[in-house]
Amino acid sequence: MNVNWFSADYLPWLILFFPLLSFVIIVLGTIRNVVASQVVAIAGIGISWVLSMILFAKAVWLADETLGEHVYGSAIDWLHLGANTFRMGVQVDPLTAYMLLMVPLASLLIFIYSAGYMHGDPHEARFFAYLSLFVGAMLTLVVADNLLMLFIGWEVMGFCSYSLIGFWFHKKSAMEAGVKAFMTTRVADVLMLVGIGYLFIMTGRMEDGPGFTLSFQDILRNEEMLKFLVNAQSVIWGTSAATLISVLLITGTVGKSSQFPLHVWLPDAMEGPTPVSAMIHAATMVSAGVYMIVRMFPLLSAGANFHHFEYNTAMYYMGIVGSVTALGAAVLAVGQSDIKRILAYSTISQLGYMVAALGIGAWVAAAFHLVNHAFFKALLFMASGSVIHAMEHGEHHAAEHGHPHEHHEEPDGLVMDYCAPPNDVNRMGGLLHRIPITAITMAIGGLSLAGFPLVTAGFWSKDEIIAEAWHGGLWNDPYPLFVLIMLLLGALLTAFYTARMWFLAFWGKPRTPAAQYAGPGWLRDRWVKWWNKQPFSGEDKLEQEHADPVTNRSAMLMEIPLMVLSFFAITGGWIGIHKDIVGKNPLHDFLAPTLLEHPEVVPFDFTPMLVSMIVALGGLGLGWWLYGRKPLAAGQTDPTEAALGPGIWKMLQNRLYIDILYRNYIVRPLERAAEKIVVEGIDRDTIDASLESIAEAAIWLGEAFKRFNTVVIDGFVDTTVEGIGSFAGWFRQIQTGRIQQYLLFVTLALLALGTLFLIQVR
Amino acid sequence: MEDISLVTVVFMLPLVGFVLMLIFARNDDAYRWGALVTSLVTFGVSLLLVRHFDTSIAGLQMVQKADWITADGFTIRYYVGIDGISVWLVLLTTFIMPLAILISFRAIQERVPLYYMFMLIMEWAMLGVFVAQDLFLFYVFWEITLVPMYFLIGIWGAEQRIYAAVKFFLYTMAGSLLMLLAILWLGNQAGTFSVPDILAMLKSGELSFSTGTERLLFLAFAIAFAIKVPMWPLHSWLPDAHVQAPTAGSVILAGVLLKMGTYGFVRFNLPLFPEATKTFAPYFAALAVIGIIYGAWVSYGQKDMKKLVAYSSISHLGFVMLGIFSLNPAGIQGGILQMVNHGISTGGLFMIVGVLYERRHTKLMKAFGGIWKAMPLYSGVALVIVLSSMGLPGLNGFVGEFTILLGSAGSHAISWWFTAFAAVGVILAAVYMLYMFNTVFMGALDKEENKNLPDLRWHEIYALIPVLVMVFVIGVQASYFFNLMDGSVAQLVEHVNGVMSAAMR
Repeated sequence: MNVNWFSADYLPWLILFFPLLSFVIIVLGTIRNVVASQVVAIAGIGISWVLSMILFAKAVWLADETLGEHVYGSAIDWLHLGANTFRMGVQVDPLTAYMLLMVPLASLLIFIYSAGYMHGDPHEARFFAYLSLFVGAMLTLVVADNLLMLFIGWEVMGFCSYSLIGFWFHKKSAMEAGVKAFMTTRVADVLMLVGIGYLFIMTGRMEDGPGFTLSFQDILRNEEMLKFLVNAQSVIWGTSAATLISVLLITGTVGKSSQFPLHVWLPDAMEGPTPVSAMIHAATMVSAGVYMIVRMFPLLSAGANFHHFEYNTAMYYMGIVGSVTALGAAVLAVGQSDIKRILAYSTISQLGYMVAALGIGAWVAAAFHLVNHAFFKALLFMASGSVIHAMEHGEHHAAEHGHPHEHHEEPDGLVMDYCAPPNDVNRMGGLLHRIPITAITMAIGGLSLAGFPLVTAGFWSKDEIIAEAWHGGLWNDPYPLFVLIMLLLGALLTAFYTARMWFLAFWGKPRTPAAQYAGPGWLRDRWVKWWNKQPFSGEDKLEQEHADPVTNRSAMLMEIPLMVLSFFAITGGWIGIHKDIVGKNPLHDFLAPTLLEHPEVVPFDFTPMLVSMIVALGGLGLGWWLYGRKPLAAGQTDPTEAALGPGIWKMLQNRLYIDILYRNYIVRPLERAAEKIVVEGIDRDTIDASLESIAEAAIWLGEAFKRFNTVVIDGFVDTTVEGIGSFAGWFRQIQTGRIQQYLLFVTLALLALGTLFLIQVR
Repeated sequence: MEDISLVTVVFMLPLVGFVLMLIFARNDDAYRWGALVTSLVTFGVSLLLVRHFDTSIAGLQMVQKADWITADGFTIRYYVGIDGISVWLVLLTTFIMPLAILISFRAIQERVPLYYMFMLIMEWAMLGVFVAQDLFLFYVFWEITLVPMYFLIGIWGAEQRIYAAVKFFLYTMAGSLLMLLAILWLGNQAGTFSVPDILAMLKSGELSFSTGTERLLFLAFAIAFAIKVPMWPLHSWLPDAHVQAPTAGSVILAGVLLKMGTYGFVRFNLPLFPEATKTFAPYFAALAVIGIIYGAWVSYGQKDMKKLVAYSSISHLGFVMLGIFSLNPAGIQGGILQMVNHGISTGGLFMIVGVLYERRHTKLMKAFGGIWKAMPLYSGVALVIVLSSMGLPGLNGFVGEFTILLGSAGSHAISWWFTAFAAVGVILAAVYMLYMFNTVFMGALDKEENKNLPDLRWHEIYALIPVLVMVFVIGVQASYFFNLMDGSVAQLVEHVNGVMSAAMR
């Protein structure tokens, strides 16, 4: 076979190959050498990124509108199973190309950042191995041309998330968080797997169809197939096969993308090192969940006519779960003090936007927001990591400067309202002057998240979702209206908690010694010079501080990726501005051919845009009013806490008690049942005990026979008995001595059964 | 006399090694290495079986026949051969044995010669079970396998070894005696014990059973096999046997012996009694699914690592049974592959447990914690095997489970409900496996006696590497394994369904 690996058809294989190769090299070779492992890992993802960019450029400039129909791709026969064949293959259509713009780039930056963040960790090489495997799996998922391969990437990522979240496994809470993440998603994954299997079987039942298949091209771009699936009855009465499959697949996403009610794992997953959070909760894993339903959208929406406001079960499911999640998680984000946990709930909420967008048919908007969110959320997570890093540094320095090291007990296992001191926004303040680059880039990311009008990426994609809900719903139908209201309320809260987080961390005066001595960021000396020259600095002059080169290098490695990402957090949205504003919407035109039925553009309407501007600015303004205008002083109660009252605040900090509910009413009873009922009650006391009683009966019967023997036959065959006796005596050395009786009984029972049997069969 | 078939060569090699060792071996090391070399040679030659395997033949190949006992009414023959159903099980046996021998090098220090002699007898008898095509011959080897295992547990086992050994022996023998009756009855009716001949007679209508007879015969075989598998609720010998057996004993028990039960269903029950098979399929599938969930749940409640792994076998073999009773190619092929997978993964798990037991002489999970810090290489290997047992895509377990689920979902013989419940088992597998992994390998390394545990020794590494290799090979290239089964399984399914539709007409 003559394969040109650099043609667009085969290039995707290489893209996923290199990170996996890095993984293998690190595990087998360089696991003991940190620097080599770093180099191997970064080289692997670096090559993937270059190749992805080549492919992206090809898809954008060299391919025409038929790229949706004639995708780049190649496949091999993977498994023959009787008459069925599974093919494994890759494909690049516009949607994949768009994902390839984001995933390798964000991952590469995260890798570079990790080299700084994980500096000095004894298991750094292992960390890079897992990261490489993780990215390899994600890229497999993105370029896969069929659901099975997608699922393989999906599950491997699940495993990596377990290992990475529990990376510091000596901490019980990290370990528990890893398991929680893996198990919660696994429940959903298995349902999804059932859906995939069912889809496979149903495709084979179609007459004159392509036969058993899971290929996207065969299913999603095949009108006959979709029609067949919609009309086929499923095993559950009253639903079509398409509905059942869709619901199962969406459930997979509910787990993976952390939607209500399976959202509980994500906030705890913050136990992992911060680059992991950026990786799992922004760029890759949670995005994979949404990517899957974006990819499968033609199937999920089959039978619905959402342009005319007719939705189907799957869409209602997505819309309701998504919008409930979007608002609910935003509410919870308001009530958190842990900087990473705020971002975690924010992630859940933003993913809810995407799922809800698909629920009302806003396909392009969902994909658009997916990529934008990945950029600005990766930025925010990594910035928060930089903050935490600085705070930890500050804690050490505070001790050197004579402030007693504050002693805090780490809880044993996961505690819902526990917040580790370096992560606590209430203990920060004034970090702007310590880590200026982080502060500025985080502000950019935060503005994008909050949807700051007209400039940021987050605004354009979120606005598109809201515009579609507005268009669908305002006066027509209660369902899009419901989605719209939830999303608008969510957007208001999003802007508010973003402002709260930023002002608490960076604004005002340091509230603790740790914040006062927080590790100096990269280029801080320049900032100090600049600041001291400014007239508005007033009495507030800063002092230069010498940072040792190692710290400085770490800070640099961490902050450069932030600067790159903040570029994308702004400009990423400019490619998808509505065509009525700028004349052309390149993103829409590029993505549209992915679907057989090209998505429509809703007519531009100024009202929803105005509304979303007001909402974003309102939220940010409220945040500024409460936290920016008069920064929180040390010892002062958080104004939000004061406004909500201790009861509601506590409830929010405890995550509405959902986690505790699950633990007390699902996990614990199952555990207890395993131990008390199944192991002891059924297995030991019933099944094994009945076997024991059969043995007892056998012994009793044996004794009876022995007595019979002594009374009746005794004396008759003395010598024989002696012979047997000595044999038995020898035998006893290996046996318990019961074996004769057992055997006797078994023989008798078999004779009886055998006789019965022979009579029966005659 | 005709040429000696390759199957005979493979089958007899352990016996040759046995005799040679009896004559030449003078000290313990000679027995160790002799057994290892014998099993390795056997494995090497058995690879030729795959090489010479002709996928275009659905029936038996590399057959060898010779009359053994001839009487008026019947003949008992030495009749061996392989087909797509047994070839991988033969390979599994020859693959597992060198590993089981290697892993014993340090653990077994008492009565060394006897131990390795039993190992070779064990291998010989297990191969006999998988290659025998004569019912009587099959039965002989079926029973012979009990003897070495009985002594392996009874002599080299843990504290309660006698109890476990007797329980194992009596329980499995009690079941197989019913099978013996059925075999004798069949042989008398047909005048021959050779399975292909009986099948031919059934097909031509020369031999036929009434519905009731067929069902009784089915059950007589099924009970023997079900105890061996073991199917719920006939499993209670298994945890005791596993927990008391030495590591190698557990590896062989889980790796190969249990497969004799599932293999028996495919080889005898399905083709010989197709109509009864169809009747009973839902019941057996139901027991299989109960086993899947029950085994997983009980595993989760264990405190002893080895018991946890033992119960997980019940769950995994439930999948195999579900696949088999789907009665379609996907299900049966998935079932056969899963037999191999389980042999590799669970065999590996028992070795993993054995490594720790050898160092600390306890299997209680709470005695460990943070082992990854003390033994990183060992823990990495353990992680891969745990993941394979959990069915992570890309590793071997997934392919088997997925094809079984596909088979059972598309089956006409059993309801899709079974698939839905079996899927729950997939979730639970992750629960108990991760529970074990977390308690033992993760967490803080806070027990003093665990801090200086030596990492893997060379013989352990060599025993575990092949397992890892196979975990990945089957995970990525399962197609190769399915290819060899295709013809035979298709023929089997056709046969079962053909009789089914004939009966329905």
